[in-house]
Amino acid sequence: MDFHFNEEQLMFSDSVRALLERDCTADVLRELWAGESGRSDELWRGLAELGLTGLLLAEEHGGLGMAEVDLVLALEESGRACLPEPLVETVLAAAPLLETLAAGGGTAASVAGKWLPRVAAGEARLALEHPANPCVADAHVAELLLLLASDGSLHAVERAHVELTRQPCNDAARRLFTVDWKPGDDSLLADAAGTTRLLDAAFDRAAFGCAAQQLGIGQKLIDLAVDYAGQREQFGRAIGSFQAVKHHLATAQVAVEFARPVVYRAACSLAIGHTDAGLHVSQAKAMADEAALLAARTSLQVHGAIGYTWEVDLHAWMKRAWALEMTWGGSAWHRGRLADAVLAGVDNNPREGQLQLQGVN
Amino acid sequence: MDLDYTQQQRAFRVEAREWLEANVPGQALQSMDTEQGFAAHREWETKLNEGGWAMVSWPVEYGGRGVDLIEWLIFEEEYYRAGAPGRVNQNGIFLLGPTLMEFGNDEQKARFLPPMAAGIDVWAQGWSEPNAGSDMAAIRTTAFRDGDHYVVNGQKTWCSRAVWADWIFCIFRTDPDSERHRGLSFMLVPLDAEGVQVRAIEQLDGETGFAEVFFDNVRVPVDQLLGEEGGGWKVAMSTAGFERGLMLRSPARYQATARKLVALLRDNPEAAQRDPTLGDRVIRGWMQAEAYALQTYRTASRIIGGGSIGAESSLNKIFWSEMDLAMHETAMALLGPRAELLPTARAAGDVGDWLDGFQFALAGPIYAGTNEIQRNIAAERLLGLPRG
Repeated sequence: MDFHFNEEQLMFSDSVRALLERDCTADVLRELWAGESGRSDELWRGLAELGLTGLLLAEEHGGLGMAEVDLVLALEESGRACLPEPLVETVLAAAPLLETLAAGGGTAASVAGKWLPRVAAGEARLALEHPANPCVADAHVAELLLLLASDGSLHAVERAHVELTRQPCNDAARRLFTVDWKPGDDSLLADAAGTTRLLDAAFDRAAFGCAAQQLGIGQKLIDLAVDYAGQREQFGRAIGSFQAVKHHLATAQVAVEFARPVVYRAACSLAIGHTDAGLHVSQAKAMADEAALLAARTSLQVHGAIGYTWEVDLHAWMKRAWALEMTWGGSAWHRGRLADAVLAGVDNNPREGQLQLQGVN
Repeated sequence: MDLDYTQQQRAFRVEAREWLEANVPGQALQSMDTEQGFAAHREWETKLNEGGWAMVSWPVEYGGRGVDLIEWLIFEEEYYRAGAPGRVNQNGIFLLGPTLMEFGNDEQKARFLPPMAAGIDVWAQGWSEPNAGSDMAAIRTTAFRDGDHYVVNGQKTWCSRAVWADWIFCIFRTDPDSERHRGLSFMLVPLDAEGVQVRAIEQLDGETGFAEVFFDNVRVPVDQLLGEEGGGWKVAMSTAGFERGLMLRSPARYQATARKLVALLRDNPEAAQRDPTLGDRVIRGWMQAEAYALQTYRTASRIIGGGSIGAESSLNKIFWSEMDLAMHETAMALLGPRAELLPTARAAGDVGDWLDGFQFALAGPIYAGTNEIQRNIAAERLLGLPRG
């Protein structure tokens, strides 16, 4: 039992942080918002050079063969930087799904052989359609899309063969689309029966990714408010010296701090394929979402009217927190999933230890 | 990062479980805040110590097993699973004990720790004064040096367990010219010393869980000073760190409450149907208890790795106290009109001890430093906001 990250994991997250602090500043974010694509190939390649885009992929696909627990701190950093790139969609949702399928040979193996090394090298992004989400995020920059046909089967379609319609949304950095396309015999990856399990696993990984990002977003929202409250003066003193302000921020920090180990536990459980990994993810998503939402509301309140403007950067993180809360299963959905398991299982067959989700089978 | 238990830890759990199953009293003891209940709880401490389970993380020479904090957490999980009695000496074993390890000299450790583990010396805490509550640095009770003694005069209040305890650990002002945090000293005083008068205070539930303690020229030998003279604030903050951050409230306690709450929800389907938010409140409590356990394992890992407990213990205290209260409020809502009945009432059915727990949980955001003070500490020392 050891809750420490090792040196390698810490160094990796430091290097991601350094890159993002340099190349993903608030100014860069605003520039990207204004562009049609909203994405930066250079930034994506930079992350790939650090190993981020291929981290979960096997070496045969140009990856590092590592696990979610090696990734979680870097994901947190991507939230802190409000990174617009599709880390969750490509690195957590789509690429590992394709790799799982490739193990069965056939079309999937050749598709994976072609595209996964490019993901690892930062030359391609992937998108995944999932019933949990009404739109496909970042479909416009995905060279390959994994799409669901009306019969529930899964297909791999290159971008040239789809028609995208952008769906306007609140977060200026997000790019959401509906996709028109036609399945062909050569596009089929898996039939409906085989797809369900893959989609469930992708859903858990993506929900975990959002949860980790929410930790970074929540902390950044608090940090922004702390900075502002230390500078802004009213009644002749910094507003951060008033208890009313302090107490709001301390309460938000409690929420972020206690979501943190739950997210880390989910990372470990996904990494080892724990039987309760999905439930651990749901708890992580529910708690990290709520922490980020509280941090958002608190940060806005502490900023006052200036926080309600486009000019101040606060809204970038606030809108991301709101968006992520509802994507890959909203916090209420995840709480419900946990509730079903807990109500069905507790006390019936207690485990040896209580830590790994006490008593749930 | 590896969140699985080692073979050794699993074996330790089994050993603890077997001993507890064989030794935990079949019937719940009377409240520790009654004279008879206090005596029964002290006897239980003696039994625990005979089995070597009083404080497993202490070194063997002081009555422990020399295991690490992870195993202490495992022991606590088994302790709550077994429904074992509350720890009447919690002020001693969980707060003063670790403080003695850090600040006591060898002679003090050898003198105070073994009888503490054995339940021979049950400890009370004497920090607050009538005019020094949240503002603890306003302490006025004095202890002035006279030869090889200090002479203590003044009054402490809200001293938990002081009615029947044997000793009390206190903070006194030893420098008459000092102000605030300076000039305070941490001392260990027997409650039967000449000049000590204890006056019980009835709590909400009518029992005497705490007391006022009056000191009238009480002579305390200098070897009962813990840490340096004038360095009492530092020692006290270490104690408070254990109190807020780790030991006073082990996660197993709240996981047990959460399990009971889930069972209560299942047993009261009509209430849950009438108010569908209750189910959500139950699962939130359950998640928080789980999060608190994970956080505590994380803290324990950090301490084992050479880290210490800092101001983040304030976040911890806010979390466990508010979680506990929320779970008990949910339980009261599930019980509905039966919630007000004492377990002895014929119409009470299986209300259990929720009412008692609810009233106790209400004290959580107040004791060990109010949550308002904890929020100030967290905002200033962790977030770096300017002092008010």
